[in-house]
Amino acid sequence: MDTTTTDRIEKEVVLKAPRSRVWRAISDPRELGAWFRAVLVGPFEPGATVTGHSTYPGWEHLEWQIVVEAVEPERLLSFRWHPYAVDPDQDYTGEPTTLVTFVLEQVPEGTRLTVTESGFDGIPLQRRAEAFRMNSQGWATQMENVAHYVAERS
Amino acid sequence: MSPKGADALARDPASVFAALGDRTRLRLVARMAADEPQSISRLTAGTGVTRQAVTRHLQVLAAAGLVRGRRRGREVVWAIEPDRLVEARRALDEISAQWDRALARLRAHVEAE
Repeated sequence: MDTTTTDRIEKEVVLKAPRSRVWRAISDPRELGAWFRAVLVGPFEPGATVTGHSTYPGWEHLEWQIVVEAVEPERLLSFRWHPYAVDPDQDYTGEPTTLVTFVLEQVPEGTRLTVTESGFDGIPLQRRAEAFRMNSQGWATQMENVAHYVAERS
Repeated sequence: MSPKGADALARDPASVFAALGDRTRLRLVARMAADEPQSISRLTAGTGVTRQAVTRHLQVLAAAGLVRGRRRGREVVWAIEPDRLVEARRALDEISAQWDRALARLRAHVEAE
């Protein structure tokens, strides 16, 4: 299930793994780094800053900075970061952040994980546009968006 | 797109699609979407279309609010003019797709054991 507005992205997945396993994959910086494609250093504790860099081929120069907000073991983890922080020469520290929240729930099949990233409306549009230009599938998406936009308005 | 472009879309979606419904214009828009604002000379290079034709195509696109020319020094450079909503939305679509890919990797990570 996906919900997307201009301000937030919400994703929900059911993982065939116990809650403790999913929690470890999210709250252990090394494990999070493995599937986030980043090397992350620092404890996931409220108020802590976790830093690192991308391991994604071609993007290794990208620095990561995550400020942890809430940690409720096996239930909730949230942090703030700078979305679209794709230019290594740009200082993003003065810009608004988005809030990423992971919520875990036990279900018969395993664990339901809900990921929410919110606060996009506070991010300068210029930044979004720059990030978008770095994305190669731009025009196809743009065409779809024009079609959606027109459908909504007519 | 400028407010004018957004209005054009709301008022007459057909004009927008008519503007886009031409191979050369679509190619021009794709080029502008992928690059910095460009002069007509640069937009013309490699298209096999005359500079005059490119100019006319740009005028059609501009009338639909899809592109805009701005003066930069002695030349005019052209760029697409995405609506703020569309602009915001498509950037968010990309972040959303990144989350999908990350969660697929998470699934592989935790379900492997």
